[in-house]
Amino acid sequence: MLELYAGVAVNGLLIGVIYALVATGLNVIFGVMRVVNFAHGEMVVVGMYLGYSLWQFTGLSPLASLPITVALTFAFGYGFQLAIGNDFVSRPQHVQFVLYIGLGLAITGLHAMIFGPDPRAIQGEAGFDVYRIGFLRIDAVRLHAAAVALGVIAALSAWLRWSMTGKALHAASENLVGGQAIGLRIDRIFALTMGIGVACAGTAGALLAQLYDTQPYLASEFTMIAFIIVIIGGLASLPGALLGGLMIGLAEAIAAMVLEPSAKSLLSYALLILVLLLKPEGLMGRIAGRRA
Amino acid sequence: MSASSKSVSSSRREVLRAGTAAAALSALSFPAVLRAQDGPLKIGVVLPLSGVVSFPGLATRRGTELAVKMFAEQGVKLDVSFLDTESKAENGRLAAEKAIRDGCSVVVGAWDSGATISAAQACEAAKVPLVVNIGSARQITEQGFTQIFRNFCPSDDIVANGVQRFKELLRPGFQPRTAVVMHVNDTFGQATGGAVKAAWEKAGVGIRILDTISYDARARDLSVEVAKAKATGAELVAPITRVNDAIMIVREMVKQDYSPMAIYGPSSPGPYEKAFTDAMGKYANDYLVSVPWHDASRPLTKRVLERWAKEYPDQRFELNSAFGWESILVVVDAFRRARSTRPVDLHEALRQTDIADHIMSGGPIRFDAKGQNPNIGVPLLQVQNQQPVVVGPAEFAQAPVKLPMTPWSQRG
Repeated sequence: MLELYAGVAVNGLLIGVIYALVATGLNVIFGVMRVVNFAHGEMVVVGMYLGYSLWQFTGLSPLASLPITVALTFAFGYGFQLAIGNDFVSRPQHVQFVLYIGLGLAITGLHAMIFGPDPRAIQGEAGFDVYRIGFLRIDAVRLHAAAVALGVIAALSAWLRWSMTGKALHAASENLVGGQAIGLRIDRIFALTMGIGVACAGTAGALLAQLYDTQPYLASEFTMIAFIIVIIGGLASLPGALLGGLMIGLAEAIAAMVLEPSAKSLLSYALLILVLLLKPEGLMGRIAGRRA
Repeated sequence: MSASSKSVSSSRREVLRAGTAAAALSALSFPAVLRAQDGPLKIGVVLPLSGVVSFPGLATRRGTELAVKMFAEQGVKLDVSFLDTESKAENGRLAAEKAIRDGCSVVVGAWDSGATISAAQACEAAKVPLVVNIGSARQITEQGFTQIFRNFCPSDDIVANGVQRFKELLRPGFQPRTAVVMHVNDTFGQATGGAVKAAWEKAGVGIRILDTISYDARARDLSVEVAKAKATGAELVAPITRVNDAIMIVREMVKQDYSPMAIYGPSSPGPYEKAFTDAMGKYANDYLVSVPWHDASRPLTKRVLERWAKEYPDQRFELNSAFGWESILVVVDAFRRARSTRPVDLHEALRQTDIADHIMSGGPIRFDAKGQNPNIGVPLLQVQNQQPVVVGPAEFAQAPVKLPMTPWSQRG
């Protein structure tokens, strides 16, 4: 029985790290621009299709082709923000909502047109590999994916904390007018932010493509998971996103085990409600206020 | 003829135009038979062409299209439109309503039990016949619908036949004592899961069911479910799946090194599909399922298989494509006898259906008072060398069954 619970918990934590990377992208975008990206799940699916396509055409695993996926998704986010997104940053939230919902629908429609509705799986012998640690059997693909996701989150946190550009992003998130006053090019900062956020989602998508079959219609679930994690962990908090991701991954696994597999989301929503009642700013978040 | 079919729509101008056309046709004094069959029969085929069950939905579409093409070559004029349920049960009704609004005289569908029941409500209201291609929940023909003609087995019948056939496999060297049932939690999965337990007890299989594990139809990961199944230590795993979840279950069983004596899917679509054998490779082998299947020894089936190989060389002719094909056979047979495109005439002809020359195993296609074809055979299939082969009943088995299954770690 210990073997069973430990295996399920490890699997839950590993998938939780990848969820955390999805939520990190959402958090970065919201933290700097105060924009809620409702198309975030679609951007995860973009990453899944990129990982799948690169595997199909080059034979490279999504891990090996990750730099290409990161570069392409970053370029997409950066370009989108410069071309369209920046015009909407200061507009009312309902206008932003329409923009991102529209973007999401367009991405899903394009996926359905290009790839069709069939589930696309990355197949190969490596998909069956496991590591044995004592009595535990850990899915090798899942472990590698979680390790990369954790590495990306750590690297991004360090870059945001210690690099000059990262500090500029912080400055913009804290005080937009002040940032402009000291000469920050806010349009570029926002484009960089969107690029990073989309690259996080795309990276997580490429990692997930090895675990889940890719379909055009997965996006809403990823968007929902990202929102739950962000709310639980705290808006604009990267450690909060990691904590939230781990909690949701574990909660889904334990709920499936203890309750009923088909009710695995139940505990995640219960956690969400509990956090909203007891600590509405999130476990590691601050009280959100309007930016100056 | 098109006048009759278009009268389903509500436009007064169209009705007037149709009436004028009908009068003109009468004036030409063609024999009634020729008049009635002159125009195309409009058929609305409702299928899940996108979403989670689009894969088998598209396979059904291919079979349907092949039949339309083959019958067109025999001079049967059909005008077929496909309507997508997006794999959502509630969209069955919307799709059927659209087909009826567009003037279809008969609706075919809807692959999924939930969507079929939903579509049946629209067909019942409009009095347009619904020929069910695939849809196994018993309640489809138990709710008093008068327009339903189902050329597919109810899941409890498939399960009862399959369990009986599986029982015949038990012998020294293959005597699993315990089983775990895993099923998707939609209409099909719930109905079949319940039927397995009942059939198991009724048939006196002598294998104790330790646990029944259900999971969400849109589940992306079944590692927990398989871990739970493994923890029971069951010697037989009975998954009731479609193709995606069958892939997830076997993949997880391999990863978690859970090698039972057999995997047997009673009334379980999926493991015979190309997507499954392509994805699983050597791990697909030995998987057993009992489902309705085509009888490859029949001359008509041979002709269809030959044509299929030419039209779709990369696709497998399996349950979905075969029932898709046969659904059009049923409609064409009724159309030929009715000599009319009026839904009421087609309904009457469908009630009189008696097709001896068809492609699926079992007796002639006939519909009882509830609209059910009770003559569908349920052979036992096993994946061998990554191809589904019939291993029972003996009279048309293509290969002997291989049990117990080879453990994952011993598959070179």
